[in-house]
Amino acid sequence: MARKLSMRQAINEAMHQEMERDESVIVMGEDIMGGLGVDWLEGDAWGGTQGTTKGLGPRFGRDRVMDTPISESAFIGAAIGASTTGMRAIVELMYVDFLGVCFDQIFNQAAKFRYMFGGKAECPVVIRTQIGGGFSAAAQHSQCLYPIFTHIPGLKCVVPSNAYDAKGLLIEAIRDNSPVVFFEHKKLYDAEAEVPEESYTLPFGEAGILREGGDVTIVALARMAHMAMEAAEILAAEGIECEIVDPRTTSPMDEDTILESVENTGRLVVVDESYPRCSMGADISSLVAERAFDSLKAPIRKVAPPHTPVPFSPPLEAAYIPDAERIVDAVRAVARHGA
Amino acid sequence: MQLSRDALLEAYRSMKTIREFEERVAKEFATGDLPGFVHLYAGEEASAVGVCSHLVESDQIISTHRGHGHCIAKGCEVEPMMLELFGREGGLCGGKGGSMHVADLSKGMMGANAIVGGGPPLACGAAMTAKIKKTGGVAVSFTGDGGSNQGTTLESMNLASVMQLPVVFVFENNGFAESTAANWSVAGGSIVRRAEAFAMPGVQIDGTDFFAVHEAAGEAIERARKGGGPSLIEVALTRFYGHHQGDNQSYRTPDEVRNAREERCPLINFRRRVTEASLLDAAELDAIDAEILDQMDAATAAARAAPWPDVAEVLTDVYVTY
Repeated sequence: MARKLSMRQAINEAMHQEMERDESVIVMGEDIMGGLGVDWLEGDAWGGTQGTTKGLGPRFGRDRVMDTPISESAFIGAAIGASTTGMRAIVELMYVDFLGVCFDQIFNQAAKFRYMFGGKAECPVVIRTQIGGGFSAAAQHSQCLYPIFTHIPGLKCVVPSNAYDAKGLLIEAIRDNSPVVFFEHKKLYDAEAEVPEESYTLPFGEAGILREGGDVTIVALARMAHMAMEAAEILAAEGIECEIVDPRTTSPMDEDTILESVENTGRLVVVDESYPRCSMGADISSLVAERAFDSLKAPIRKVAPPHTPVPFSPPLEAAYIPDAERIVDAVRAVARHGA
Repeated sequence: MQLSRDALLEAYRSMKTIREFEERVAKEFATGDLPGFVHLYAGEEASAVGVCSHLVESDQIISTHRGHGHCIAKGCEVEPMMLELFGREGGLCGGKGGSMHVADLSKGMMGANAIVGGGPPLACGAAMTAKIKKTGGVAVSFTGDGGSNQGTTLESMNLASVMQLPVVFVFENNGFAESTAANWSVAGGSIVRRAEAFAMPGVQIDGTDFFAVHEAAGEAIERARKGGGPSLIEVALTRFYGHHQGDNQSYRTPDEVRNAREERCPLINFRRRVTEASLLDAAELDAIDAEILDQMDAATAAARAAPWPDVAEVLTDVYVTY
C-alpha cells in the first residue's frame, strides 16, 4: 500500500469509483466541469474550483455530471429531490459559507423527510463543501460551520482529516441512504497519505486514534488534527504523551472512543476551528463532563478561535486560527493541573 | 444627455483610475505579497462610472466580489483601498475585510460582497430607507450574469417592483459566471427580458460605451428618484482578466482575451469619441494618465510601508456595544 494520494485525488477517485459502480450516482454543482456554454471546448475547463471533480464529466458525460447556474437553492434542492426519487446525487456547495443561500432545502427538507413521512422516504444525497481558513479568504469564504449542520437531526456530518479517511468516508457517504454533508478543509487538499487503489468504506461514528498516549486526550477534527499532531511532538519531548482522537464524523459521533480515552488519561483538550459557542468543542466538552466526570483530573480546556468572524489580514488570521503553540499551552496547563 | 467638459474629464479620470488600480493589483498579486483572492474589474469600467456619475454621496450602491471598480466610481479613496487589499493598518476596513469586502458606508458604498446574490436584497433595503425617509435617494445593485440566476436576485426584483422601490438593478454581463458561459446559464439568453416579467423597464446596452451606459443609467436613476420604481439595466462587457487572479481561463481562447483589450476597451472607446469630437484633447487625457500612475505608485508604496494591524483588532468590531 505504498501509493500516496492527496486528499483532492482521493476524493476524486472515490467519486470515479462510485459512479462506475452505480449508475444512479450523479454529480452536480457550479463549475464542476467548467466552461459550459463554450461550444469549442472539449473536456472540463476547471473540474471544480479545487479540481476535485476533474475527469468525471469526460468519463461519465453531461447527463450524470451536471454544471449548474449559480442558484444554490435550486440546484441543491434539485439534488435532494433527485435523491428522494431514485438517484444518488453528490452535490457541491462550493464553500460552506454559501449555505446561507440554500439552507432551507437542506435543513427543512432533506433532513426531515424520513422522519416527517413516517420512515417512508430515503434521501441518499451527499453535499460536499469546502471549509476552513488559512487563505486570507476573509469572513465569507473561511468558515467551518459544521456545528450548524451537526445541530440538525437527520443530517450525517463527515469532517475528514486526511486522504485515506476522505476516500473511505466519501464512498460510505455515497452508499448511505440518509443525507450526508461532507466537509473538506481547503488547507488539506494537497495533504498526502497512503490510499489503497481499490474501493473501501470506513464506517460513520467510528473515531480514528491518530496517536496513542496516556497523559492527555486531544480531540481534534480536520486541519486541527494536524495541528494537534504537531503539538504532540513538541509535548512528547517534554515528557507529556498525548492521545489524539479524530472523531471523523460529528454526526453520528463516536462518543465511546472519546470517553474511553479520557477515562484513561483523565485530561481533555478539545481543538476546534469553528466558532467557540455551540460548537463541537462545546459539545464534546459537555459529553465528557456529563459522562466521564469522575475520571477528570483537570478542567477541560477548549482551543478555538475567538467568537468573531474570520479576519482577512494575514497576521490577524494567523492569530485567529488555533495553532500547535496554543494547543501546547492548553495541554501543558491541564497536565500541570493538580500536579 | 450633454456632458460638460468637467464631467467628461471626471468620467475619464474615474475610469482610468479603476483601470490602473486593477493593473497594479494584478502586478502586485503576482509578487505573492497580496493576500487572499482578487477579482479584477479591468474592461468593465464604463459600467461603474456610467452609473455612479449620476449618484450623489448619500445614494447607495452594493457590489460583488468584483468590487474595486464600483468602490472607486462611488468615491472610495484609492490609497486606503490599496492598504485594505494588502491587509494593512489604515486599510479602508482596517484590514479585516480585504478585496472581497471593501466598503465605505460614508461614501454610499455598501461593500463588495463575496456571496453571489448577496447584494440585491440589501439594495432593496437601502432603497426602502430612501423611500421611507423621502430623501429622494436611490440604490443601485450591481450584480453579474451569474448573480442574475440567484433566487435572492429574482426575489429582490419582484419585491422592488411590488413595493415600487427606488432601486436600479445593474447586471454586468461579462459572459462568464466563473467559467460558465452566460449564453448557457441565463435561460432565454438575456437578462433584460426578465424586466418585463417583473413589470419594470429594462434596457440592454454595450458596456464598452460609456455614453450609452451613462444615458441609460440617467433615465433609470431619474425615474427612481421621481418615484417611478425600479429598473433593470443589462450591460454587456468583457473582463480582461480571469474570474480571479490565478484562473487559467481555459474556457476562453487566447485571442479572445487579447482582442478584447483592443476591441472591447471602454477607455480606448471613450478617448476616441471625445478626441474625434474635439470635446477633449489627447494631451489633457495623457496628463491625467500620468497623474494616475503616480497616484498608484504612491498608494502601493504606502500599502507596502504600512504596518500590519495590531492582532488585538481580531476581537474588535463584532458588535457595536458589548
